[in-house]
Amino acid sequence: MSNPGLYIHIPFCRSKCPYCGFYSIASSSHVSRYLAALKKEIAFYKGRFGPFDSLYLGGGTPTLLEVKDLEGTLNCLYENFDFSVDMERTIEANPCDMTHEKISGLRLLGFNRINLGVQSFNDEELAFLGRRHNGREAEDALEGLRLAGFDNMGMDLIYGLYGQTIKGWMETLKKAVSFAPEHLSCYQLTIEGGTVFWRMKEKGILEPLTEEEERSFFVATSGFLEDKGYIHYEISNFARKSSRFSRHNCKYWRRVPYLGLGPSAHSFNGDKRWWNYRSIRRYCEALEQGNMPVEGDEELSDEQKRMEIISLGLRTRRGVDMRELGHDPGLSGKIKVLIESGHVKIFNDRVIPTREGYVVADRLPLYFFM
Amino acid sequence: MPNIRNFSIIAHINHGKSTLADRLIQMSGLVDEREFRDQILDDMDIERERGITIKSRSITLAYKNSKGEDFELNLIDTPGHVDFSYEVSRALASCEGVLLVIDASQGVEAQTVANLYAAMEYDLEIIPVINKIDLPSADIEMVKEQIEVDLGLDSDQTILCSAKEGRGIEDVMEAIVEKIPPPAGRIEDPLKALVFDAHYDSFRGTIVSCRLFSGTLRQGDMIRFMSNKSGYKVEETGIFHLKRVPTKGIVAGQVGYIIAGIKAVSDVRIGDTVTLDNSPAPEPLSGFREAKPVVFSSIYPISSEDYSTLADSLEKYKLNDAALVYQKDSSAALGLGFRCGFLGLLHLEIVQARLEREFGQSIIMTVPSVEYHFRLNSGEEIKVDNPLYYPDPAAIEKSLEPYIRTSILIPEKYMGAVMELCLERRGENTRFSYPTPGRVEARFDLPLAEVLYDFYDRLKTVTQGYGSFDYDMLDYRETDLVKVDIFVNGERVDSLSQIVCRDRARARALHICERLKEEIPRHMFKIAIQGAIGGNIIARTTISPFRKDVTAKCYGGDITRKRKLLEKQKRGKKRMKMVGSVAIPQSAFVAVFKSEDK
Repeated sequence: MSNPGLYIHIPFCRSKCPYCGFYSIASSSHVSRYLAALKKEIAFYKGRFGPFDSLYLGGGTPTLLEVKDLEGTLNCLYENFDFSVDMERTIEANPCDMTHEKISGLRLLGFNRINLGVQSFNDEELAFLGRRHNGREAEDALEGLRLAGFDNMGMDLIYGLYGQTIKGWMETLKKAVSFAPEHLSCYQLTIEGGTVFWRMKEKGILEPLTEEEERSFFVATSGFLEDKGYIHYEISNFARKSSRFSRHNCKYWRRVPYLGLGPSAHSFNGDKRWWNYRSIRRYCEALEQGNMPVEGDEELSDEQKRMEIISLGLRTRRGVDMRELGHDPGLSGKIKVLIESGHVKIFNDRVIPTREGYVVADRLPLYFFM
Repeated sequence: MPNIRNFSIIAHINHGKSTLADRLIQMSGLVDEREFRDQILDDMDIERERGITIKSRSITLAYKNSKGEDFELNLIDTPGHVDFSYEVSRALASCEGVLLVIDASQGVEAQTVANLYAAMEYDLEIIPVINKIDLPSADIEMVKEQIEVDLGLDSDQTILCSAKEGRGIEDVMEAIVEKIPPPAGRIEDPLKALVFDAHYDSFRGTIVSCRLFSGTLRQGDMIRFMSNKSGYKVEETGIFHLKRVPTKGIVAGQVGYIIAGIKAVSDVRIGDTVTLDNSPAPEPLSGFREAKPVVFSSIYPISSEDYSTLADSLEKYKLNDAALVYQKDSSAALGLGFRCGFLGLLHLEIVQARLEREFGQSIIMTVPSVEYHFRLNSGEEIKVDNPLYYPDPAAIEKSLEPYIRTSILIPEKYMGAVMELCLERRGENTRFSYPTPGRVEARFDLPLAEVLYDFYDRLKTVTQGYGSFDYDMLDYRETDLVKVDIFVNGERVDSLSQIVCRDRARARALHICERLKEEIPRHMFKIAIQGAIGGNIIARTTISPFRKDVTAKCYGGDITRKRKLLEKQKRGKKRMKMVGSVAIPQSAFVAVFKSEDK
């Protein structure tokens, strides 16, 4: 898994969801200008990156694009980059867009993995989250995708909503599992800066969960899905088997290089990280004038690389190689304490977080930086 | 030197000393309206914030008296707090007279008396000044009676003024010129200059403040410090207005400064005598009473790499605060540091604040202690001011702790409250006297350790600000002492150990445990904080662990954002001390010796 991954950001949505912090605009008037600029960016990286073995169309709402626009973009990618034969080709899909035509279009375009933004099967919760679909439509979309032959399906769910009970959440999870998805991403609701929920929280309208409640949700989710045979392979990600892990997302966590195209997209080549403007206008203007749409970059020091290896590794079941943890003479003592407290275990010379470790994964790495 | 007057203003804290100094400075025309600010001599931030004077300073004022003669008045401002009486004695040694300022509504207070005795010791002319006569509660007749009875001074000679409103300032100036004798020294005699202050300037080296008792000093002269014979060539002499003003020379009777390219900070000792190399004085001036530290605490750099810059800072700091004494120290929990002796708890706080502000040092101070004496079974007697060196309890035959004699002046109605406070603090041998109707002077013998923490604050509280307090060291008395150790997850934090009276041990231990619980952030695991005497746990608290601390998303490929957050947390952690696997913030070490009352 050392081939790089390719990410394309499609920054358009029908409407903005109040919890989402990713960059997108609720208008499709700039689509053609954007796609033209994107092609320029693709052309720039020709011969500089690849061959890729994962392609991920995210957003935003990639399925908002018409099939012919998606096709044009993919063709441009095929002309400029090399790809491996067994490439994972994922597209994030919105249940609302899953018409018969769109589903067969995606199939024909060669996508072999769908990540469906279900979020919940409960209509009230969906309304609270500002989603345009209802539970029934989500179920229809799942059935339609299966019927069309997609055999690697992922589903996004959000839990820990204001007023939600663990029992209610379990109902959603049971419904999700009944479709036997190969992959599940269960995200605890996080209030991101700049979102509608953030402003509501500031005003005191939205009361966040207590730490203890958040913990209960997390532990219940992990317990339930592991009982159902899923592997809890990353803080918020579950898969039926290791071959169904999100190959593309694993690159972020394992620090395998990736190229991100489109506004706000991030890239990494092993030593350096860079990121594009978080604005369609500035992104397009830069490319139209023959410039790179890069807003910033950073060269990583050895210490920073080490921090990333440890902090990202401890968020996954793969853990961190003991040798990566440094040569601190107190290291084995530190690990011993964490084993005794039940936060990690050792397997094949790797420090692996347990469920208890996952729950405090933002703290764990700090332990090794002293 | 008929036209020079060297004087100081002494007063109980808050009786208006700095305001009177402000008016005298304004009247001499040294500053214009635009430049003027209150408490103008107190140029340290910390003095202005707290409204107190910590350091003595001198300033030369020009004055034309009613007969049209010109005078040079050297004012040496002094601190009022009991901790700094040492600074006062240094200032007094440079003067011929003092203004004894008394608040018209508060009357004579404990420090008024203490300061008066200090001035008498130096044989100074004393001019009583009743200040704040504008206050509605001013009772001039009562204060005059106190001046006669409590102080034994002639109340007819008293000057009335209101420094705040600028009333009576002219009278004060006239009295300084009329009553305070001119300095006696002869210009022709060999140079004798008393060093009463010094501070370090990174461009000019050490700047020495001195009072010339005899002789003359000019630019280019070779000087010699009489205590260590070190010699320097004078680059500049001058006097103090609000800033340094260079002069051609300074002569007997004057107060001024010397700049002589003195790079070796340790060459300058406060109280030393400066003389000329080619015609030295036969013997030095008598100098000052050595400041005797009564409170001890260790200072450690937060980051052990900063040890050498801390050492350098302390050396420079000491120039300006001769009362601080220190020596090397080390702790298992905190590494290399310094054991310091202070004049009192306020002095300790000031040293800490000045090291942090003026020298940019990040430090941790350990729990203050007094000096205990132990007689061992072997017959050997040892002195211990650092709990690290507490002897094996089985080897102790007898323990002694220092006692002070306190004098507390209060309006009669607070007698009960003050009695209670003193009993709570193990006060003994209580005596009362009634200097004037309605006022009580309470005297107690108190263990010094009991006033270390917050006695002064508590006294102010129970007397609604009317109680005033002064003390003298008394003697050592037998007592039952134990050492309380603090353990964090089973590891002893040696810098938090304390020697305390057995009866108070449990309360102290619990207080420390609770404070640590408030200050130490949560960890991934449970933290047990225990207080123990020997192997006996006498207090404990626990800090519950993080129950959940993880963000759901990694923001797609934006790893930078996540890492930056981590880097910030890591930096925060660097400012903490690791004890075993527990990170203890600096604030925790400070909080444990703050007041027990919330």
